[in-house]
Amino acid sequence: MLTEELRTALEAKIAGAAHPQEYVVDVLFALQDHYGHLTDEAVAEAAQLVGMPVVAVEELTTFYPFLYREPVGRYVINVCDSVVCWMDGHESLQNHLMERLGIAMGETTADGLFTLLPVCCIGYCDRAPAILVNKKVYGELTPEKLDDLLETLRREAE
Amino acid sequence: MTTTYPQILFQNRHADRIATLEEYAASGGYEALRQMIAGGDRAQVQAAIQEATLLGRGGAAFPMGIKLSTVAADAPFPRYLVCNADEMEPGTFKDRVLLHADPHQLIEGMVLTGFAIQAAKGIIFIRPEYENAARILEREVALARQAGYLGEKILGSDFSFEIDVHRSGGRYICGEVTAQLNALMGKRPNPQQPPPYPTESGLWGRPTVIQNVETLSCVPHIVRNGAQWFKDLALTESGAGTKLFAVSGHVNRPGCYELPMGVPLSEIIEEHAGGMRPGSEFKACLPGGASTQFLTRQFYDIPMDFDSLKKAGHRLGTGAIMIFDHKTCMVAATLNLMDFFARESCGWCTPCREGLPYIRDLLQRIERGEGEAAFIPMLEEMSKYLWNAYCAFAPGAVSPLQGLLTYFRDEVEEHITAHRCPFQASGSGALDNRSQTD
Ligand SMILES: Cc1cc2nc3c(=O)[nH]c(=O)nc-3n(C[C@H](O)[C@H](O)[C@H](O)COP(=O)(O)O)c2cc1C
Ligand code: SF4
Ligand code: FES
Repeated sequence: MLTEELRTALEAKIAGAAHPQEYVVDVLFALQDHYGHLTDEAVAEAAQLVGMPVVAVEELTTFYPFLYREPVGRYVINVCDSVVCWMDGHESLQNHLMERLGIAMGETTADGLFTLLPVCCIGYCDRAPAILVNKKVYGELTPEKLDDLLETLRREAE
Repeated sequence: MTTTYPQILFQNRHADRIATLEEYAASGGYEALRQMIAGGDRAQVQAAIQEATLLGRGGAAFPMGIKLSTVAADAPFPRYLVCNADEMEPGTFKDRVLLHADPHQLIEGMVLTGFAIQAAKGIIFIRPEYENAARILEREVALARQAGYLGEKILGSDFSFEIDVHRSGGRYICGEVTAQLNALMGKRPNPQQPPPYPTESGLWGRPTVIQNVETLSCVPHIVRNGAQWFKDLALTESGAGTKLFAVSGHVNRPGCYELPMGVPLSEIIEEHAGGMRPGSEFKACLPGGASTQFLTRQFYDIPMDFDSLKKAGHRLGTGAIMIFDHKTCMVAATLNLMDFFARESCGWCTPCREGLPYIRDLLQRIERGEGEAAFIPMLEEMSKYLWNAYCAFAPGAVSPLQGLLTYFRDEVEEHITAHRCPFQASGSGALDNRSQTD
């Protein structure tokens, strides 16, 4: 269920818009933040808020990589696998992450802390190899830096 | 010694922070807007842009002045201006650097362009990975509004113009104009073949102009300093203005450099990007993002402007230069690029949706040493089909493949005859081959 507060905030944002549909992605992001991922309920609520058919909203949730239709961990790690990061060791970085977390790409750790996903070039090729953690960029990574980062995130989550 | 050139778009760039509105204004910012608003002559803005031969910096190099002229005088209202800050072309990061350096030139460029076409609203379409830049823009837009450069009755005139920031959900195809318009309208972002052209019927069926961040950022400088000044910035007769080159790959100083149009590729690599990394020799580069063809050693001194590359059968694209050294397997590099395009295909039309995975599969087999001689003509045939796809995504997608087959055919053949990748150990290189100088 949406909190009254969030519903009011979203309605206020949409109110007065000549075309409420233009806010659909914003609304989906807000609901995703609220529920952790886009549940069936969230998709239905988004559709109702912006006045679109549910199926039209599903066309978006299945299209955009940053909209999650399944549960994800507290930290979503997107590993860039495009060509510049590839040149600079994306593969060993990715292998290192999978090994440290004990999961494959696309999976979430049992403690619900980390999800690993591939991502296309994130526009930080000058700092390759790069990853995103909850959309925040970390670049010029080495296995050591990754270990430190994972450690920091684990501590932060406690 | 590194040759230095006038910095226009980066004149207020600081290493660690963005330029403030005050700094931008002190360097002459918002003067062009004052002049144009005071003079009230909308046609003057478009004329200056057209005369300066400002070519679109988003990849297609379409002249902005001509695009503006396609908004008919009697076109309906409200009209829209969209700033394309999607920047999802692999290797491209110039707009990100520009937005973090001096965002007010984009804001002024948008207001001026909005003024020229009598638009009511400007929308900045930005990718989710650039959340920082989106926040910077929202903050600076509010400051510009407070200062009277934006909003109701700008600088006391009867022109009103708003700017909104729209966050995308991701996907490379959203950078294509018509897909972007669909995305903005909350639809699944599949492209829509013209006609009608967006300048006739775009967002919500209204006239809409879409320009890249860098293109719009050039506008205030052109209006203030004149078309001739802009043309004279280039080193070549065929070029105009400066260009932001985003350089990455096997060089010592990857980064974004503002250089005159027409600067030789070799100078960019050797001087500005600090040369090849120790132990690396230049093998090839993609000159303008993932959807351009490989430039090989024979083009090492080519002047980097749209026209020179076009004459050589290439494209400057976004000016994102990705540099590969002699240890890179070009089959593997192309495979990575094809994997990107296969994943990012929007799926709307068959040649692209089905053709790219097919190409990827053939390349993968070649890379694994399972290739056959017949694969080469198959790849050639397939890439021809992609030119018949619904939008410009597909011809762009096969550009690196066509480059591979033109310039590195012997390497492809070697994979096939030796039943293995001759570069085995390299390619997706070890982490430690990265230089420590940055
Ligand atoms: C698949 C595809 C992706 C594109 N991505 C971008 C992009 O991210 N940013 C951009 O400015 N232009 C992009 N373009 C080019 C735009 O379609 C368009 O030409 C450009 O935004 C117009 O602005 P300009 O003339 O100022 O460059 C893309 C084109 C295609 C076909
Ligand atoms: S060419 Fe590719 S990206 Fe363009 S419409 Fe067809 S499937 Fe979509
Ligand atoms: S290729 Fe990884 S950030 Fe561009």
